[in-house]
Amino acid sequence: MTRFTAAARTAVTHRLFWPAAVLAVLVLGNVAFTPNFLHIEVRNGHLYGSLIDILRLGAPLVVVSLGMTVVIATRGIDLSVGSTIAISGALACLVISDSGDQNSVGGVLVAVGLALALSLVLGLWNGFLVAGIGIQPIIATLILMVGGRGIAQLITDGQIITINSDPYELIGGGYLATFPFSVLVAVVMIALTAFLARRTALGVLIEATGGNAEASRLAGIRARGIMVMVYLFCGLCAGIAGLMISSNVHSADGNNAGLWYELDAILAVVIGGTSLGGGRFSLGGTVLGALIIQALSTTVYTVGIPPETTMLFKAVVVTVVCLIQSPAFRAKVFGRRPRPTPTTPAEPAKIEVPA
Amino acid sequence: MADMSEPVLTMTGIGKQFPGVRALDGVDFRLFPGEVHALMGENGAGKSTLIKVLTGAYSIDSGDITLAGHPVRFGSPLQAQQAGVSPVYQEINLCANLSVAENIFIGRQPRRFGRIDWAAIRRRSRDLLRRLRLDIDVTAALGTYSLAVQQMVAIARAIDIEAKVLILDEPTSSLDATEVQQLFDVMRELKDEGVAILFVTHFLDQVYEIADRITVLRNGRLVGEYPTAEMSHVDLVTAMIGKELSTLEQLEEEQRPELSALESGSPFVETVELGRKGSIAPFDLTIHPGEVVGLAGLLGSGRTEVARLLFGADRADHGRVLLDGEAVALRTPRAAMAHAIAYCSENRRTEGLVEELTVRENIVLALQAVRGWTRPIPRRVQDELVAKYISALQIRPADPDLPVRNLSGGNQQKVLLARWLITEPKLLILDEPTRGIDVGAKAEIQKLVAGLSRDGLAVLFISAELEEVLRLSHKVGVLRDRRLVAQLANTDDLDADRVLQTIAHGSDAASGAAS
Repeated sequence: MTRFTAAARTAVTHRLFWPAAVLAVLVLGNVAFTPNFLHIEVRNGHLYGSLIDILRLGAPLVVVSLGMTVVIATRGIDLSVGSTIAISGALACLVISDSGDQNSVGGVLVAVGLALALSLVLGLWNGFLVAGIGIQPIIATLILMVGGRGIAQLITDGQIITINSDPYELIGGGYLATFPFSVLVAVVMIALTAFLARRTALGVLIEATGGNAEASRLAGIRARGIMVMVYLFCGLCAGIAGLMISSNVHSADGNNAGLWYELDAILAVVIGGTSLGGGRFSLGGTVLGALIIQALSTTVYTVGIPPETTMLFKAVVVTVVCLIQSPAFRAKVFGRRPRPTPTTPAEPAKIEVPA
Repeated sequence: MADMSEPVLTMTGIGKQFPGVRALDGVDFRLFPGEVHALMGENGAGKSTLIKVLTGAYSIDSGDITLAGHPVRFGSPLQAQQAGVSPVYQEINLCANLSVAENIFIGRQPRRFGRIDWAAIRRRSRDLLRRLRLDIDVTAALGTYSLAVQQMVAIARAIDIEAKVLILDEPTSSLDATEVQQLFDVMRELKDEGVAILFVTHFLDQVYEIADRITVLRNGRLVGEYPTAEMSHVDLVTAMIGKELSTLEQLEEEQRPELSALESGSPFVETVELGRKGSIAPFDLTIHPGEVVGLAGLLGSGRTEVARLLFGADRADHGRVLLDGEAVALRTPRAAMAHAIAYCSENRRTEGLVEELTVRENIVLALQAVRGWTRPIPRRVQDELVAKYISALQIRPADPDLPVRNLSGGNQQKVLLARWLITEPKLLILDEPTRGIDVGAKAEIQKLVAGLSRDGLAVLFISAELEEVLRLSHKVGVLRDRRLVAQLANTDDLDADRVLQTIAHGSDAASGAAS
């Protein structure tokens, strides 16, 4: 009994508890409306089901949010990811539609490579503006957010480029070994990010830079290099998401691809428990946050919320989620004082006086 | 002292628990109207916590507070202020970009016909400050004034809130001697008006000058409450640290190597006309291995600027630096670190620690930065290094995974020292390493510096406390008005007085005896 309550308390105070709980509630809420919501089956060697849809459609947001997390951890922000998504998709589709054989794997690889290289250049541009020139991140990336839509328009020549390429469709809509390919890409990106952040020293250097930039400089950290790297990485993530999104709809739309994605990604990061003030970040929280947002979109369709109220519904849910995450709010509403995290009893016995 | 019969404030059995730390454990405290009551204790003794409990910044886990006869429990600083408890904090928390008058009245602006009465704000601000013997332009931004003035403005704000209890947390740590006297005059006046003043300081002399009674805390517990007149310096220090303090005496007895012997070798650092416009005039300074060079001078005299040039925190625009006889360019902290130079800034919070990171992460940060991100320090090595320095420097609580924010000032300073010591520097620059920390930790740090220099480390030691500089240094550089005006060998005839004379006259008074 006491062990159970102790375990429960540990679970509740875990930093991923609330994002996970919200996601669970969203999924269970769907079960009430759609009894076979949790049902997963293998059809034609592919996994099918509502949960798989959430993962598959949420994959681009997960990837973008990973990049956004490390940017936010340095006390920055990247508003240009939506535009980068459009540019990346536009360039890939243009290269493929211009090539003679749209189904040639080589041609698609070239298209993907070019799109990702361009995304890296865009990330470098942001990094240069923020770290090199010292423009505030929100302004620096606003430039590409606005200008990027224009670049995407230029690439597509103002049209929607439609393609018909089986290898390209694999990225966003295809399957590999029964799993949706986009989900696999997202998993690889999560693993890569986690590796870079926690198995190298990048994570702690990013957190130090975001937590106290001047102290980090005086500790010998190359804060500029770190900054450039996170914006580069964020650009790459957005580029990958751009491929997934354009691949899923077989077309590139310079105007609407990735529209408002930056806001969803920032929201995912915040719901996941990373502070906009920089410093400590949580990749697990971000993944949960992105899935919450996608689950919410799915819920809107399955529950049958009228389209004209969709945005409002989402806004209300997000507000509630953010409030639930706040310890101060919970204390007010549920009438509990914020409990200090349980600890080992203090150590009066160990008091040793300096000699 | 005025009426001693009835305390205006009584705190009984106060308890407060933080993650991993019992900050207060059954502490009693009383405050009478018209007295100055010093709250003493080492870092981590619970002084700041007690104050934050009293001002409503923290809630209490147990105990009772009675203010003017009524039981109270403050939910917020605002409630506490409305009840007549006015704090002036160690770190001045006013808004530097607002005007002096705005700072005094922010949040409680007098209104006329529903709009803010700016004329009244300015007039009342001037009156208030005049009461504190300060005649300044109240419409100028607060940030344009010195720390001492800002401190007075904070006090003006506090006393205008019809304070019954005025709390001064380390108000003198950034003031010079005259300014301290000015503050004490004001405190005496307020005392005569019946205000109860709670005074926290690390300067023992100031306690004996101004305080009527002393309450001593240690490790979150009450040691006792004493009338100042009945308690000797030694008793007070003993009460604070819990056993006889002999470290300082020991240090005096230890023989310092002769300066001439040290200087016969080749220097580790030599600056030639090193300077930076608007920051510090070109200076020549040499530091030998095993030598401690102290820098003395008033606040703003250029002490920190010398340190920052040597560490590459600021870029020199004049002169050169020779390390082991070779000219080097110290353009960035990284470049200086590559040459085994380490620098502990005087601003622990803004330029030293990353507060949300753990003790371990803060300690290994500089070493990790040198290694680069691709070569993380293996966890096992981290654990060993951190455990070694936590025990060597007696960092408490001895938990490497605690956020460094939860540590007291003295322990944070030790974390910072540990960060640089594990980089195995050849030159260690310490800027005010003992400011705002208690006697025990101060003695430990001084002892550490003396030990390190005996092992061959070159040390540049900056401190506002002359005694400390004289106790540790082989040579004292004196700064005045952003210029290194003299370098005095620390021989037997060098005392605080002569250094002060040098600061005052801008040259060594003993040699230029005429003045």
